Amino acid sequence: MLHETTQEARRQIEICNACRYCEGYCAVFPAIARARAFADGDIAHLANLCHNCRGCYYACQYTPPHDFAVNLPRVLAEARHQSWADHSWPRGFAPLFDRWGGAIAAVLVLALALIFALAQALRPETGEGFYAHMSHGLMVAIFAPAFVVPLVALAVSLRRYWRAVGGGRPRLADLRAALVSAGRMSNLSGGHGEGCNFEDEDRFSNARRLYHQAVLYGFLLCFAATSSGTVLHYGFDLPAPYPLFSLPKLFGLPGGVLMCIGAAGLAWLKTRADRGLGHPGLWHGEMGFVLLLFAVAATGLALYAATDHPAAGPLLSLHLGTVLTLFLLTPYSKMAHGFYRMAALMREAELQRQVDVSKADLSA
Amino acid sequence: MTPDPDILVVGGGNAALCAAITARQADASVLILEAAPKPYRGGNSRHTRNFRCMHAGPMGVLSDSYGEDEYFDDLLKVTGGKTDEALARMTIRRSEECYDWMQAQGVRFQPSLSGTLSLSRTNAFFLGGGKALVNAYYRTAERLGIAVAYDAQVRHLAFADGRIAHVEAEIDGQSRRFTPRAVVVASGGFQADIDWLADAWGPAARNFLIRGTPYNRGVVLRDLLDQGLHSVGDPTQCHAVAIDGRAPQYDGGIVTRLDCVPFSIVVNKDGERFYDEGEDVWPKRYAIWGRLVAAQPDQVGYAIIDAKSLDLFMPSVFPPASADTIGGLAQQLGLPGSELEATVAAFNAACRPGVFHPTERDGLATDGLEPPKTNWARPIDTPPFYGYALRPGVTFTYLGLKVDATARVQGPEGPVDNLWAAGEIMAGSILGQGYLAGFGMTIGTVFGRIAGKEAAAHVA
Repeated sequence: MLHETTQEARRQIEICNACRYCEGYCAVFPAIARARAFADGDIAHLANLCHNCRGCYYACQYTPPHDFAVNLPRVLAEARHQSWADHSWPRGFAPLFDRWGGAIAAVLVLALALIFALAQALRPETGEGFYAHMSHGLMVAIFAPAFVVPLVALAVSLRRYWRAVGGGRPRLADLRAALVSAGRMSNLSGGHGEGCNFEDEDRFSNARRLYHQAVLYGFLLCFAATSSGTVLHYGFDLPAPYPLFSLPKLFGLPGGVLMCIGAAGLAWLKTRADRGLGHPGLWHGEMGFVLLLFAVAATGLALYAATDHPAAGPLLSLHLGTVLTLFLLTPYSKMAHGFYRMAALMREAELQRQVDVSKADLSA
Repeated sequence: MTPDPDILVVGGGNAALCAAITARQADASVLILEAAPKPYRGGNSRHTRNFRCMHAGPMGVLSDSYGEDEYFDDLLKVTGGKTDEALARMTIRRSEECYDWMQAQGVRFQPSLSGTLSLSRTNAFFLGGGKALVNAYYRTAERLGIAVAYDAQVRHLAFADGRIAHVEAEIDGQSRRFTPRAVVVASGGFQADIDWLADAWGPAARNFLIRGTPYNRGVVLRDLLDQGLHSVGDPTQCHAVAIDGRAPQYDGGIVTRLDCVPFSIVVNKDGERFYDEGEDVWPKRYAIWGRLVAAQPDQVGYAIIDAKSLDLFMPSVFPPASADTIGGLAQQLGLPGSELEATVAAFNAACRPGVFHPTERDGLATDGLEPPKTNWARPIDTPPFYGYALRPGVTFTYLGLKVDATARVQGPEGPVDNLWAAGEIMAGSILGQGYLAGFGMTIGTVFGRIAGKEAAAHVA
């Protein structure tokens, strides 16, 4: 499939490859320097490797009004988005990628309506904590498929992507390298550790890196909270509600707070950053996604705070509605970026390993 | 509008910024007049990528050591002795302390870029290149309270009674007159003024491309020379390299360079070779080809390679012309087909068997060919064949203001009381001929700092 975006990305990447001044900023430029020609799969790989730190844009001598009109962060954001739509499964959902904001709003309304209606219609006669408002069985009936089905769709999409970028058999060492890179967000370090050029033109700052990690680790903690609750429920016959000093709460509380801080920070940075250095058509959708993350965390914390309060019922429905929206849209929203990013980091580790091997062969 | 500053800095590139920051740190009030609009600020510095730095031992990204004598020897080799030894040695010695100072002003370094291993010991590369360096300096300038005016073209520096009495400029189309107590000129050479180049070099210069900023038109330089201030450097010469002939008239920068000459044969528009393409290794060979191509009809050359050599050099920003036959390639490049075929056939017949080694002089020379190709001579016989048009790309001009070791500009009655110069506008004092990679930024940084310090002391 020949995309204008891919063509334009290729044109700009070839300029970068003849320049190479930006090699120190992130993994994208050393990856460019390895090649002379760039197939569509290579463009998709580079696009998903790019973290949109924008260091290269402000350092570039060829940005508009120069005739070469290089704006690599933007064209890679567009190519990245294109690659997600191209590989998404089932194909029929691909148009969602162009309507993130609308999709989030529509699914949110439907999810909230569904949860409220079910909570109203199937309110349990007994139950403690939030189980007083909705039974465990009903929650599992809704969320088990809402969690598993999108992950299956995402797995199929990622498999298609992995083939397109030429990835080999996934290796543990490459996964480890990708986890370390994502865990530190090395590609947002600017190469010198002072961060990226996001919210204030060419000033380096770690704000975006830190807020992003707050969301990432906050989300993982929340996920751990839910998982530990499931283990306690099924493994130890210890159903919710849990006291403060229990695994679900010890994971969930800091997780929720981190997510709130991180998402609020990211949203604030987004209002300050130059929209022309990302995918301009996606700004609202990306903002909607960040706010959805905030809503998931904030309603979760509010629900905990409102235990045994009359507001707990509506808050539970609000919380479950936002979580359901997040889950359902995972393969077709900004949420997918984390999975594609991990794939790109793994593929990059694989490619670097191959270069190292061929170097070793030469010196042997 | 801005009141008169203590020190007016004319220009907005590396040297100007180093002078402005140094002067401001010594408590002088400073105004920078940058001729370019903000997106193009920074003169030719925005196209640079490293500076050449003396160092006694491993320092930051620089490996081993690079001493004063070796550095000076390297300079002697490229200038053929056309340098002021005292000024040159001072510049070299003071380059070492620049490294930390630059970092303190926000410049960040990175290990030498891929394809530039030969410079990893001598040259410190700026992370992100010269525009990132310029950005860092403007950030620092802003933080220190230095005023900056863009689109600010200085028209005249009134020289009277041994000093600059006032400065006339046009800012955003409005005429302005300043009476600063001291002036630092760091406004570059005149290479973007094609008429001036044509006057100096001859009409052939109209076919030259300018690799850097279109804003270095030498207005201030000419104004000062016309008023009798002393010049250095050959007024007729410029530094030119052979670049991709499809580069834009101005500002093509690094990506238009072509490193393929040693693996090619280079012909003129008549399809004839004219010089030994295998004479020497990078970067020496790189610098001579601008001049060689400038001497050919229509100031154009064509580098011809075959499939064997395509991956041996850094990619150019423009794809080469390609064809499965030499005749087909000639047609694409607009060259006479039978002449090019004859040239290639004669070259191929003169190639001898031997071991080809792309990264060092391999002695693989032609036999009985005039002119010979003395290294890397492999037959051009493996399709597809590729061709690049070459044109002279002007990097900088040599004519400049004569300065002393305190960067003070020299006039008919000795040093000008309140005028200092830094960067390309005075580099001819040290670099009279040729070029040494990264030395322009060294001169700009060292003299910018000196000029800023001296000017600040003058107004204190």
